[in-house]
Amino acid sequence: MELTNSYPAYNYLNEPKGLKSWLLTVDHKRIGVLYLICISIFFLLGGIFALLIRTELLHPGADMMTADTYNQMFTLHGAIMIFLFIIPSIPAALGNFILPLMIGAKDVAFPRLNLASWYVFVGGALFALYSILTSAVDTGWTFYTPYSTDSTTSVISMTFGVFILGFSSIFTGLNFIVTVHKLRVPGLTWFKLPLMVWALYATAIIQVLATPVLAITLLLLILEKAFGIGIFDPKMGGDPVLYQHFFWFYSHPAVYIMILPGMGIISELISVFSRRKIFGYTTIAFSSLAIALVSFLVWGHHMFTSGQSELSTMIFSFLTFFVAIPSAVKVFNWTTTLYKGSIILTTPMLYAFSFLILFTIGGLTGIFLGALTVDVHLHDTYFVVAHFHYVMVGGTVMAFLGGLHFWWPKMFGVMYNKLWSKIAVILIFIGFNMTFMSQFIMGSQGMPRRYFTYMDQFQPLHGFSSVGAYIMGLGLFITMFYLLASFKSRRPAGANPWGALTLDWQTTSPPHPHNFESTPKITHGPYDFDQIAIEDLPEDPENGVYVKEEKEKIKA
Amino acid sequence: MEIQQTATPPSALQHHYSDIEQQHDSAKFGMWLFLVTEILFFGGLFCAYAIYRSWYPEMFHNAHKVLSVPMGALNTVVLIVSSLTMALSIRSVQLNKSKQALGYLIATFGFAAVFMVVKYFEYSHKFHVGQLPGKFYFYDGIAGANPHQFFSIYFAMTGLHGAHILIGMIVMIFIMIKLAKGAYSPQNYAYIENFGLYWHLVDMFWIFLFPLLYLIG
Repeated sequence: MELTNSYPAYNYLNEPKGLKSWLLTVDHKRIGVLYLICISIFFLLGGIFALLIRTELLHPGADMMTADTYNQMFTLHGAIMIFLFIIPSIPAALGNFILPLMIGAKDVAFPRLNLASWYVFVGGALFALYSILTSAVDTGWTFYTPYSTDSTTSVISMTFGVFILGFSSIFTGLNFIVTVHKLRVPGLTWFKLPLMVWALYATAIIQVLATPVLAITLLLLILEKAFGIGIFDPKMGGDPVLYQHFFWFYSHPAVYIMILPGMGIISELISVFSRRKIFGYTTIAFSSLAIALVSFLVWGHHMFTSGQSELSTMIFSFLTFFVAIPSAVKVFNWTTTLYKGSIILTTPMLYAFSFLILFTIGGLTGIFLGALTVDVHLHDTYFVVAHFHYVMVGGTVMAFLGGLHFWWPKMFGVMYNKLWSKIAVILIFIGFNMTFMSQFIMGSQGMPRRYFTYMDQFQPLHGFSSVGAYIMGLGLFITMFYLLASFKSRRPAGANPWGALTLDWQTTSPPHPHNFESTPKITHGPYDFDQIAIEDLPEDPENGVYVKEEKEKIKA
Repeated sequence: MEIQQTATPPSALQHHYSDIEQQHDSAKFGMWLFLVTEILFFGGLFCAYAIYRSWYPEMFHNAHKVLSVPMGALNTVVLIVSSLTMALSIRSVQLNKSKQALGYLIATFGFAAVFMVVKYFEYSHKFHVGQLPGKFYFYDGIAGANPHQFFSIYFAMTGLHGAHILIGMIVMIFIMIKLAKGAYSPQNYAYIENFGLYWHLVDMFWIFLFPLLYLIG
């Protein structure tokens, strides 16, 4: 490879120059970076709300906020984290950047639509922020009727914001599906695609098929609230449970919008850092599609206690068990890939291990909740909160952070601090487990979710959970600082510091404005580590290939 | 094929596509995906319709009688003819007859306007007599429980459909300007063709709405 390992003078970050060239860009890499900036801000905001919640819960009783303020806090934490951070995090920020590079394309299929999706995202976010600043919503992120129809807070601007955000998500999904179908570089057949591409493709299918249903649901909710059309109001012959059906018809598939791309990242990380061909490529690829399809058939498990018929609860329970199979297929394949691999414990790999452990716990506790009798006991307790966070934070956020650390050198051409990044991942892992393992125990003992106070007997566990949240918060703050510091220290990462084989690493870091200087050629599969001599791969990637070469030069 | 590609103005081909055919295929594929999202968007309302009709079958039967079948039928014919003129407009572009295409598109726009005018008369009558959704309902003369639910669904469905017609009319104005400037050619007509797909879908929605709302037997 004649790729230069030094920082390229001409790259997408500095060419063309100026704020206007960024705000009017149609380059998928720049749009990815714009998304990354936005979602980082919302992650910080949602995280601050989380810390406020945990601080209130240090002791029983109203310590620093009233019950109503507490309702607003957990609603804003949930709504911001889900609609403004997790859903766009991997597909719109990392996916936008990486998908065209991975398939050797110059851009996504519809670059202007891609930019439009970012502006739509910002527009939706402004509505949501307006709602926060006027009178923050207190209904929970699910906006259940009749809470949402009776609430005096600004439900309409928040739900309208989420309605708009949905279009941003649809645009991204639509763009990705067409890109994967039409813009693969010649020779890159479907079964030579990196698994990240398969995962993003499956995610895009859900985005396109599920999000319109959320749009119509929220539109009906807005009509209900603004004009009293009575469609969800039992006083007028309407049905509030219909809202729950509509909402979860989107929102259950939506949790797979959140987790599937994370699984794609893990497939890349596990293979690259164990220097081993991924085990069961086809089954991982098809399990993504299987998850996408079955995810549409399980929404009823959110309503086991809402008065569904017994037959439908049984069917939904069965299908919930069924959807666990493709997820388990992935976990087993990743574990088998690790077996006899040459494992390198880089920061991204530590995130991948965190994912494997935490996602498995999150997935298995999901089975508890899918079982009918157990769910009646655990419904609306901290057990659900803990399960959800194990999957969403332990799964998606760990994968997102792993992916961010993996592609950071590609995105910005610089390497972050090796030591601090490892301290941070360990703090996050420990803090996370302290926060939510204790909530599994409290939930099984009957601590209900969404209460601003609790019985004295729960105080030790609540205190433990809050301390865990602070540790996790500290880890994330450290992450923010060393990632930003990497711009200052400007330690060049080199074109392919990790020795990965996918096409995104066959260009300079940061890439050329048109991605590749010449159309890339497919010489091997994305995970053919068995065809590469181990000696050719970097031993200590985080110290940078470039640095090592420089040292050798100096010696010579 | 070779000749056609060289005849395409180079500005029409975006930099990340290798040829105009790939670009057209992508645009069309994207449009079909968008139409899928539209079907799911309306799907929620069709689902709500099915549920409430099965809950209140008698009320739905009584309520549908107050809708004007002649007006609904007129609008059905108007929209079907507009789909025909839309298709003819695309055909004219393919035959390199931009002027004719513009004429057909103006006709389509006209039919869409007729549809909205008829809808206006229907709506204003209902506003006048109080056949309105939810809490605004004050009409007296439909037997059965919760007649306002019928009008909640009627206005939500026809309102959303009407909004799609209006958006279609706005896009048509843009296409008319482009047609007048001669922006489309037999090699480069993906935009107008994709709009045609949208227009046919909006027409299709009405073909379902008309019997479901006006012709409950």
